[in-house]
Amino acid sequence: MIYLQLFWEFFKTGLFAVGGGLATLPFLYNMSDKTGWFTYDELANMVAISESTPGPIGVNMATYVGFTSAGPLGSVVATLGLIMPAIVIIIIVASFLKKFKDNQTVKNVFYGLRPASVGMIGAAFVSVLTMSVIRLDLFRASGNWLDMFSLKAILLAAAVYIGTKKTKWHPALFLLGAAVVGVIFKF
Amino acid sequence: MKNEYLDMFLTFARIGGLTFGGGYAMLPILQREVVEKRGWTTENELSDYYAIGQCTPGIIAVNVATFIGNQRKGIPGGIVATLGVVSPSVLIITLIAAFLQNFADIAWVQHAFAGVRVGVCVLVFNAVSKLWKKAVIDKPTMVIFAVVLALMVFLDISPVLLVLAAGVAGVLVQTLRMRKAAK
Repeated sequence: MIYLQLFWEFFKTGLFAVGGGLATLPFLYNMSDKTGWFTYDELANMVAISESTPGPIGVNMATYVGFTSAGPLGSVVATLGLIMPAIVIIIIVASFLKKFKDNQTVKNVFYGLRPASVGMIGAAFVSVLTMSVIRLDLFRASGNWLDMFSLKAILLAAAVYIGTKKTKWHPALFLLGAAVVGVIFKF
Repeated sequence: MKNEYLDMFLTFARIGGLTFGGGYAMLPILQREVVEKRGWTTENELSDYYAIGQCTPGIIAVNVATFIGNQRKGIPGGIVATLGVVSPSVLIITLIAAFLQNFADIAWVQHAFAGVRVGVCVLVFNAVSKLWKKAVIDKPTMVIFAVVLALMVFLDISPVLLVLAAGVAGVLVQTLRMRKAAK
């Protein structure tokens, strides 16, 4: 019964992959070795598509692997398997938090956790920055430091930044605008 | 009652559909939809959820959605919010997998997403600076922020270790402070 097997494989991935979507990758490679449901090449294509479609990357990849392995129902089953452990664990953690919310030690822990959390999201920002506006990847490929700065990207970033400060538009509108600019000016 | 769950499902479906990238790319959309527009949670609680979501198993975006749904409407809320956030992925990816296997190779798709990444970059920057103002409130929190940022950017250190260390540091700093204040 492939659906059961698919659910179980993704349940394990959801239980053991810590730290976001790309952390599931090693588990997916392992799944490919073990089951033969999909090849490494297919997986590489799935990652590329998951990164360039809406939705969290981890969920996109689970859906894609599920579909490739067992059709439309497979995509639903794989995704449910992936999110099941997270739902249970987070609900348990949340109930503890609620109980000890006013405990001084818990408050002190969060005093330290909050800036750490912002630091981690800050690091995620740095990694998007080096893929979009300051092209460290192009610099590494060519060795020419001028390749690092794309005037188009810097201008677009400046325009979006000013737009977010001067208007109250929904963030999604800026993404749509950036997509249109990307197509027109061939980013 | 039924409408509130439907509203939650649709809100999180919208958030999932507007997220381009990992869990961090969801942050600016979450701030707008869930903190500013609906008041379901606060900036500080969002930081807490991201901290815990990074070091518990599972996808960060899913963990944070479960947290907010659960905070608002208990266990059913956690489940509804999570199903909402993943539903656009299931729909869109299934369609692409069925009909557009070469989606990522289409030239205009690549251009559009190179543009979107620039937009995401700026939005995440704004989102981080909002959280920063609430979380970095004195010298010790400034140090924790800077050290974690540097370690994550320059060394590939596990977020689990960083979160544990930051929690311990928070307790130590506050305990020392209280001792000083008592004297």
